[in-house]
Amino acid sequence: MNSLYLKNGLRFFVLVLIQIFVLNQIRLGGYINPYLYVLFILLLPFETPHWLLLVLAFGLGLTIDVFSNTMGMHTAATVLMAFARPGVLKMIATKAQYESGVKPGIQDMGFPWFFSYAGILILIHHFLLFYIEVFRFSEFFTTFFRVILSSIVTLCLVILTEYLFLKIKK
Amino acid sequence: MRYLFAFLWKHNFFFLFLILEVIAFSLIANDNYYQSTTIINSTNRITGSVYTFTNNVSEYFHLRQVNKKLAEENARLHSLSLKAFLKNDTNNFFVNDTFYRQRYEYISAKVISNSTGKRNNYLMLNKGRNFNIAKDMAVISAGGVVGIVKEVSENFCSVMSVLHKKTKISAKIKKNNQLGTLVWNGQNATIGSLTEIPTHVLLVKGDTVITSGYSQLFPEGIMIGTIKDFYIAKGDNFFTVDVKFSTDFNAIGYVEIVKNLMREEQKELEDKAIDKKDE
Repeated sequence: MNSLYLKNGLRFFVLVLIQIFVLNQIRLGGYINPYLYVLFILLLPFETPHWLLLVLAFGLGLTIDVFSNTMGMHTAATVLMAFARPGVLKMIATKAQYESGVKPGIQDMGFPWFFSYAGILILIHHFLLFYIEVFRFSEFFTTFFRVILSSIVTLCLVILTEYLFLKIKK
Repeated sequence: MRYLFAFLWKHNFFFLFLILEVIAFSLIANDNYYQSTTIINSTNRITGSVYTFTNNVSEYFHLRQVNKKLAEENARLHSLSLKAFLKNDTNNFFVNDTFYRQRYEYISAKVISNSTGKRNNYLMLNKGRNFNIAKDMAVISAGGVVGIVKEVSENFCSVMSVLHKKTKISAKIKKNNQLGTLVWNGQNATIGSLTEIPTHVLLVKGDTVITSGYSQLFPEGIMIGTIKDFYIAKGDNFFTVDVKFSTDFNAIGYVEIVKNLMREEQKELEDKAIDKKDE
């Protein structure tokens, strides 16, 4: 149990650092802003109490917000994503899954499951995030384009990271 | 009341979500909210130092660009400085309403190839006819003299380095204006020799040698180097002075091409004078 906390805490830190100091500095063509930090919410264990899920998402979003001077935007998007997570899990569940001890990753659940799981949640997160930005700026369809492109890049990064850690574990 | 709590507890997930979202949106709405600004300020002190560090690193990758800009800026400032202008004869001030007339124009260029190890060394610069570079223009760097443009193509020019058998630069010792000619004997890329300094002149090691400005190529006062040693060669009536170049020819990155705007006029006059003498 202790190692679980440690692992998730470490993951929180590393993802926030990567997000702030690497990914936030990259602007691919002005359209694509990957947000890898959502991986933290994706990889929380299935047994995580729902309220804890929301609180953790709130903390994560707030941290990112504070560091990128976008008060509340990431918080709102991440909390929504955390709220959607149990529903999405139920939606794409197949029999005999989500047993205790099983982790929501490619290793335990397989690639197709993880792909749809991460894809849906990342889309939800990016939609809210980019459209909150739109409230402040304009250009509706450009934003839509940005949501799709950024989601694809984030998803790729998430899957890449997953495979990276798979190798380390072996 | 109890049923209300029971209801809230039952749907705690949804209500917690609602509360958190309301907080998040209120944060968005009150971007300058006191708490949020204090949070931002206190954390910026932490992130600020890390951002400075990352900036220092990323700055390094932009050095090339920055260098280029600085070189261009230097060239522009050189063009504006008083040394680039020739003082007009006061009698002419009715004709020319400016007190100073520009004499030298400086064009910055990047060295794209360079050699120092041969007897006759050339440099290649990335500016050519497209920037109105022409043969016999002087090339200088921040350190001092570099060479003379010898060949010009559309986009490049080839520069005869000071480190060349045929290079002869009219030079003088800054302290006492003694005129000499700078040549390179081909042995050491950091040492040139200043010839034709009369033996009665008092020389001191460390004296500065600059261009004389008599050659129509180099403006006056461009640094060449400092006196390292001097001696009278056997059977010679002049000093031979070893000059340590101020330019590090091995490490030239950006140079300036000097365009003498009055060269045609000077040359014409000189040719006329020579023709007269011949008659």
